[in-house]
Amino acid sequence: MDTKKIAYGGIFAALAILMGYVEAMLPLPFPTGVKLGLSNVVVVLALYVMGEKEAFGISLLRVFLSALLFKGFLSFWYSCAGALLSFFVMMAAKKSRHLSIYGVSMLGGVAHNMGQMCVAALLLGRSVVLFLAPILMVCGVATGLGIGLISHYCTQYVKKHHP
Amino acid sequence: MKKGDILVGVAVLVLAGVLYGSGLLRPSQAGAVAVVYVDGTEVHRLPLSVNDQWRLETTQGYNEIVVEDGAVFVEEADCRDGVCVDHAPVSLEKESIVCLPHKMVIEVEGGTAGVDAVVQ
Repeated sequence: MDTKKIAYGGIFAALAILMGYVEAMLPLPFPTGVKLGLSNVVVVLALYVMGEKEAFGISLLRVFLSALLFKGFLSFWYSCAGALLSFFVMMAAKKSRHLSIYGVSMLGGVAHNMGQMCVAALLLGRSVVLFLAPILMVCGVATGLGIGLISHYCTQYVKKHHP
Repeated sequence: MKKGDILVGVAVLVLAGVLYGSGLLRPSQAGAVAVVYVDGTEVHRLPLSVNDQWRLETTQGYNEIVVEDGAVFVEEADCRDGVCVDHAPVSLEKESIVCLPHKMVIEVEGGTAGVDAVVQ
């Protein structure tokens, strides 16, 4: 691993944590629980610009550090499940020739929501939470599309200026 | 954006629509039961899922208990104050209707709670 990669990894991880913080301050016209997933931009970006291993590390670091800094132990499990599931789905989706960054990001968004919902169902011991699945899926597609758009332009920029 | 992206998006939306429409994941009310107690002992159970009617007869008098649209209420009674008759229909977990003169309590069991859960 060369120094450049380490530096980029650090910057990306810091950005991802910061994105989560910025997002917490943004008011959204949705019920609580629905988030934009801005930090996912960084993970998608890392996945496309750096590679699978690096993106995975950044994603895990982000979850761990932001839980430590801003949130709490309980939210760690939610974030962790969401981030892990989202990452593996995106990693698999990226391998498909038929999907661009938009599709990958959409699937990632949906997977993230599903992961969190499963943890909620487990922690609360109520399958009632599963009723939210369709709503969360629609939200995942919508936010994933937005994140895909941002990631698309970010990727182009980074590839052009920092080859 | 590629064709596959749109396809994936539409597929997820359709799946969400099907899941929602099928009502497969809808929380079921089937478990909710109105339990009637007289002087602390259980005397009758009425599932809230079916419209039904039951007349409680004791030495003190009678209470006409009705289940309608997933909620239970007392339609008629010969108690002296009629508080139970005036009470609004109940359907949520642990909600109850009390008739003091007849020592009768109707309590909902296994229903959805007023608040299911709070996540921070």
